[in-house]
Amino acid sequence: MKEKEGWNPYVTGALTGIVAVLSVLIVGKFFGASTSYVRSAGLIEKFFAPQRIAPMDYFIKYIPEIDWQFMFVIGVLLGSFIAAITSGNFRLQAVPDMWKARFGSSIARRAITAFVGGVIAIFGARLAGGCPSGHGLSGVMQLSVSGFIALISFFIAGAIVARSLYRGGDKK
Amino acid sequence: MSLLTYGLITGIIFGFLIQKARVVRYDKQVGALRLLDMTIIKFMFSAVFVGMIGIYFLYGRGVVGLQIKPVTLGANIIGGLMFGIGWGLLGYCPATQLGALGEGRWDALWGILGMLLGVSIFARVYPALKETLYAWADFGKITLPQALGLNHWIVILLLIIFGTLLLGWFEEKGL
Repeated sequence: MKEKEGWNPYVTGALTGIVAVLSVLIVGKFFGASTSYVRSAGLIEKFFAPQRIAPMDYFIKYIPEIDWQFMFVIGVLLGSFIAAITSGNFRLQAVPDMWKARFGSSIARRAITAFVGGVIAIFGARLAGGCPSGHGLSGVMQLSVSGFIALISFFIAGAIVARSLYRGGDKK
Repeated sequence: MSLLTYGLITGIIFGFLIQKARVVRYDKQVGALRLLDMTIIKFMFSAVFVGMIGIYFLYGRGVVGLQIKPVTLGANIIGGLMFGIGWGLLGYCPATQLGALGEGRWDALWGILGMLLGVSIFARVYPALKETLYAWADFGKITLPQALGLNHWIVILLLIIFGTLLLGWFEEKGL
């Protein structure tokens, strides 16, 4: 069964742009996501060892608490779930199709690569000052120079890694 | 309505849209990085075009303020390239992987766990970075119109023309 194509990316993109502007207008909040990982990790560490994180600069700068962006990120999970369920394409999948065609269906192989990728990606995002939401969408729509620099850097390195991973074609 | 409720509702709408556009998928993310399927670029450009017009319209009327992140060249570039490396391996970004998890692609969980570890490491390295990478080539909070000395509407117009040409080329190539 071939899955239906998604909604037009230009239309959904434009709607996203409108929502992003309304969010700034109504509550003064630009889209972003990576700071919420800082607050989440801070909340987890605070639970186990509050005295250890209390003096840490980074958790003083980004207080471990639930804020607008944290709820925004939780909302993304819910919104995607609602969209997937109502259009019948919710599917439990351990290994993405493209990955499977190249690297096989080993869950461990995908898990290790994704985990390591996650560690490197967020370290880079925090160093750069944001992710494709914070720098890419919010930064670029404000014509922020750092947004353009970060977004271009994301794509250059991402393209090099993706191309080298998939060089040599699919299995079989 | 509280700020947290606004956050949740805004996130739900964004998550709904990116799932409908398939932007949350590994295949779409890595498809763009492999220059095979430019869906996420089309989505992103479209969002940014509308966003910059809206933001600068409201900014010009003094209704909203900008929240510019500073240019610290070393941190922006090295961090950006690191993010790209991780993104190429993971195939999701911090926001979209929550969306991927929402539609059942549970390999996103590995990325989420990796990111939680990654920020904990970053928080420990941060004091050293503050005096080195962040202190180097710090140009402050600048926008493209300021850097170029042009009116923001001219910059927006040029970006939309350039972006539209690029998108047109993608469409022509069937990407």
